[in-house]
Amino acid sequence: MGKDGSLGYLTTRLDDFVNWGRKNALWPLPFGTSCCGIEMMASLCSDYDMSRFGAEVVRFSPRQSDLLIVAGIINLKMAPVLKVVYDQMRDPKFVMSFGACASSGGIFNVYSVLQGIDTLIPVDVYVPGCPPAPEGLIHALMRLQDLVAKGETHSQKKLAAFKQKDA
Amino acid sequence: MDVRQPIATNGGDWLTKFGELWKKQLTQINESFGSSVQEVRMPPEYPTDVPIIYVQKESIIDVLKFLKEQPGFEYGFLADITATDEEIDPRFEVVYNLFSHQHKCRIRLKVRVSEGEEVPTATSIWLGANWAEREVFDMYGVKFKGHPDLRRILMDSRWVGHPLRKDYPLRGYQLFTDSEPVDPTLLE
Ligand code: SF4
Repeated sequence: MGKDGSLGYLTTRLDDFVNWGRKNALWPLPFGTSCCGIEMMASLCSDYDMSRFGAEVVRFSPRQSDLLIVAGIINLKMAPVLKVVYDQMRDPKFVMSFGACASSGGIFNVYSVLQGIDTLIPVDVYVPGCPPAPEGLIHALMRLQDLVAKGETHSQKKLAAFKQKDA
Repeated sequence: MDVRQPIATNGGDWLTKFGELWKKQLTQINESFGSSVQEVRMPPEYPTDVPIIYVQKESIIDVLKFLKEQPGFEYGFLADITATDEEIDPRFEVVYNLFSHQHKCRIRLKVRVSEGEEVPTATSIWLGANWAEREVFDMYGVKFKGHPDLRRILMDSRWVGHPLRKDYPLRGYQLFTDSEPVDPTLLE
């Protein structure tokens, strides 16, 4: 063990272990702003049951959650709010863009709607559909779990780059 | 029902229910405000669901008050105030939709205004006109004279232009990544 507390070879294995824990205990923050939010609720309920994947503890405080599910239209007036919520979440944090509106503005290509939340915050997984079926959300969640396990989400990559610069 | 037949849209059921009442009311309005009524569009001659009365903007408050309080009218409920951009002169039409709980019928008033002109506010008659007029101001830039608090209501306070004007670009996005600055006078 080094003086700075680094474990050398062991750290990589430890990271894997921590990521395994992270991926199986995601705490979503449901940012449901319109119709897609309803579909997200269905995914959380007993029929589809997101708790099978360890992501059922929904928190409405950004400080207690690490997965931001943006489900619905983000108006330009809502955009700063979304940015603040994202900034308040602690690293590592993951973002899922749920539905056409969140991903690209959807059918609302007008002056008042944000054309995709990725113009504002980094997004890890996109779910297509208007609205996507609950299976879509679950598929995206599993895909996100793969990314988290490999450490390939935006926030994890940023942290890794940060660590490398320090070393 | 034969689905190939065109559906009667000229007032439909309302016309049979309220046609007589509307006619009576219109003659009364003409008697009291003859000179300030510019134009009347009645179903079924004009394809509209309720009668539309164009009023001069100077007397709109008097007409609204009359419609609200006069027995036989009692349009006590201001359903909405909105506007249209006609791209001619006068450019805007401010629309007042009224509903009478007494008679269960509706009526529509319109005021033509050019750009830069002000319409007298209806907040002295209905307090609820406050936000509706703010919305018209926000979307069309039509100002209301005597309005207590004429600020934008839907768009960001830093927004430039009025998005429902016909010359505003459909995709004229204005993205602000930080929150709207709080007006310090609101905190007092
Ligand atoms: S993608 Fe479709 S279902 Fe989802 S919020 Fe937009 S319009 Fe509604």
